[in-house]
Amino acid sequence: MDARQLAGGIRAGRLEPQALEEGFSDLHPPYDDHEALVAADRCYFCHDAPCATACPTSIDIPLFIRQIATGTPEAAAKTILSQNILGGMCARVCPTETLCEEVCVREVAEGKPVEIGRLQRYATDRIMARNIHPFERAAPTGKRVVVVGAGPAGLSCAHRLAMKGHDVVILDARAKPGGLNEFGIAAYKSTDDFAAREVDWLLGIGGITIETGRMLGRDLTLTELTSDYDAVFLGLGLGGVNTLGIEGDDREGVLNAVEFISELRQAGDLSALPVGRDVVVIGGGMTAVDAAVQAKLLGALNVTIVYRRSQARMAASAFEQELAQAKGVRIICNATPKGVHGNGAVREIEFEFTDDDLTPTGESFRLPADQVFRAIGQSLVTEGLPVLAGRKIAVEGPGRTSLPGVWAGGDCAAGGDDLTVTAVAEGRDAAEDIHATLMR
Amino acid sequence: MADLTSTFVGIKSPNPFWLASAPPTDKEYNVRRAYEAGWGGVVWKTLGEEGPPVVNVNGPRYGAIWGADRRLLGLNNIELITDRPLEVNLREIKAVKRDYPDRALVVSLMVPCEEAAWKAILPLVEETGADGVELNFGCPHGMSERGMGSAVGQVPEYIEMVTRWVKQNSRMPCIVKLTPNITDIRKPAEAAKRGGADAVSLINTINSITSVDLDLFAPEPTIDGKGAHGGYCGPAVKPIALNMVAEIARSPETRGMPISGIGGVTTWRDAAEFMALGAGNVQVCTAAMTYGFKVVQEMISGLSQYLDEKGVGLSDLVGRAVPNVSDWQNLNLNAISKAKIDQDLCISCGRCYAACEDTSHQAIAMSPDRVFTVKDDECVACNLCVNVCPVEGCISMERMDIGATDPRTGKVVPAEFGDWTTHPNNPMARAAE
Repeated sequence: MDARQLAGGIRAGRLEPQALEEGFSDLHPPYDDHEALVAADRCYFCHDAPCATACPTSIDIPLFIRQIATGTPEAAAKTILSQNILGGMCARVCPTETLCEEVCVREVAEGKPVEIGRLQRYATDRIMARNIHPFERAAPTGKRVVVVGAGPAGLSCAHRLAMKGHDVVILDARAKPGGLNEFGIAAYKSTDDFAAREVDWLLGIGGITIETGRMLGRDLTLTELTSDYDAVFLGLGLGGVNTLGIEGDDREGVLNAVEFISELRQAGDLSALPVGRDVVVIGGGMTAVDAAVQAKLLGALNVTIVYRRSQARMAASAFEQELAQAKGVRIICNATPKGVHGNGAVREIEFEFTDDDLTPTGESFRLPADQVFRAIGQSLVTEGLPVLAGRKIAVEGPGRTSLPGVWAGGDCAAGGDDLTVTAVAEGRDAAEDIHATLMR
Repeated sequence: MADLTSTFVGIKSPNPFWLASAPPTDKEYNVRRAYEAGWGGVVWKTLGEEGPPVVNVNGPRYGAIWGADRRLLGLNNIELITDRPLEVNLREIKAVKRDYPDRALVVSLMVPCEEAAWKAILPLVEETGADGVELNFGCPHGMSERGMGSAVGQVPEYIEMVTRWVKQNSRMPCIVKLTPNITDIRKPAEAAKRGGADAVSLINTINSITSVDLDLFAPEPTIDGKGAHGGYCGPAVKPIALNMVAEIARSPETRGMPISGIGGVTTWRDAAEFMALGAGNVQVCTAAMTYGFKVVQEMISGLSQYLDEKGVGLSDLVGRAVPNVSDWQNLNLNAISKAKIDQDLCISCGRCYAACEDTSHQAIAMSPDRVFTVKDDECVACNLCVNVCPVEGCISMERMDIGATDPRTGKVVPAEFGDWTTHPNNPMARAAE
């Protein structure tokens, strides 16, 4: 045991650079050509394929796999990208085990689906490596559309609008485009600066301008946008982070998981990134897993995810849960945080065991913690937005909001799962509706 | 373990698996390795007449087609007969036969269509102690351009003539190897029989171009921008070979003539199928060239197990399926079946549906929740759904009971046999007696 790993507190350089590099390498390494052919050959080319039905963007999966099998991965990529312009990122981050691969007839038959995600990555990597942008812009329409948020929904919407001949301006509050693709996904799912490269490639369609550091509500208002542009698409994501709402929530060492993930993604040198020895992540979704696994990979000695309900109800997929456990993350279920203790900085966090309906049992326990990550959900910063449904923007059909000329999609809009692929579908469909409306 | 000892035209071998005349049997080194691996016999790669040997191309001589995971399904070659001096081959044959007296060693021959050429080479082969000769009337490339190989095999009169020369000038058993590049395989077989052949072996390779290089616009294998047709072999040719073997086995003119079955034998099962259709033994090439000589061990264990389970001897297997090889006109039109899908095995891929709906009889229904069922009132039992289903045993053909009503035709399934020869729609039908 290395003294650096045993050292308490939040410290950088717990692991050797080589261990860091290995830990943060591709979660699913790309197929080589032969592996892709073998994997593609397993596809049965099902009639009215269940995988395609399960895909939120309705990619014609049997067709693209057959195109790989016949040696035309570029054609396969076009099949994918025509439905999902962020097919490269979705190939990496989609929870395929609960979408296309879950319903693959070979999963049903033998518990081993066609590896659709990895095949999609093979095809999209190929076309991007050749720097081919397989779509052409239509003749200019003279219409100007503004897209708020350069995340998956906004990028998808912008690309489709640009392809239709509209001029698009994307505004984003952060310094870089990409949204959660750039800031919110575990590093081992998007290696080699993929999110940024994908944005560059996507802009190859032409007609899209990105303005960073421009935040709705701070730098501009929706009213200004509706008067300056022919249409507005809101894909601004969820800017707020839910707090624990318990005593000590503001202690030093208690952080938002999304910020940890974001910092890690933007870090040039992982060995300079500090992490605690005893890390506790509170939550049960993908963000909790991403934060926990990455804390472990940075060299944290003990990493524990604590979720208030049973494991079966965790929002993270079974695959993600297994990944966390395989990396050495402990998962404690049916426990609700009660207090963050410490003298200044956090030293311990106290939980009470709860039933699945969150009824307290009266039994409590404490975990040592020098770093605590909140991963209990994000929320919409709602000021100045169209009418809400619950805590998100109410939409009808393809993203129409209560305001004429304003559409919304992605995590900020009500309905649909908070997945990259869902955001892409919503952005794309809103763009089609915006186009139809503008050209009426 | 079943006794696999085989006697073919008087030649004994510990098992019926011989290596065919081809690259694997071109020299002593390979043949010794083959025997050590367990092959029952070899047919030594074709010898030509004395003098400067033939030459081969110095570029690729094989082409192939592949299935999933690059499984080799068909191989094509433009290699000629042995390109080593005759005396070297003869010396090696003698040495190998001396060391492996229990293994079959047959020598393949191809010399010009002149009696003198055959008279010259036969005593040289006999002197080696080889068990017999096989006449290569099959090679479809290169040698055929020089009036040998398939150029002989395509003319029954030549086959008869050369076979007779061989039988008159040698005491060795003579196997005539036939080319499939012909319209009716029975004619060359009959000619071989008339000439006095002890057996025929088939099939030799099939004229083929395996693929075209779409950048060079040249057939593959490509040599300096050009390609020539080669001879096709491997698993892909097995159905063609099986039919040709069966045609000879069931023809009244050639029935009972020993046959050495060749063409895509890859597993014990392939060998058993050839033998059931009348082959006394089998010859293998592509499987060995793909996987090495060790494959024979699976063939031996598999065939033994099969014979044990069936409780029959090797000789009982030979020709056992021949009586059931019939003509279309004699198939029972009153045997009516319907496809049946086993819902427990079905994985709902829908391939049967797509195939039937798009290309056949619209006899499979698909429910909104992807349950696939056969519409008996449309099903003609064509078997396409069985063939395209990825799950073995999921779809089967179930024969309808006699007396039941076929919902497709509304007619009762008759008890009696009824084929085309007596069918009312046949203008040539014979009156029922």
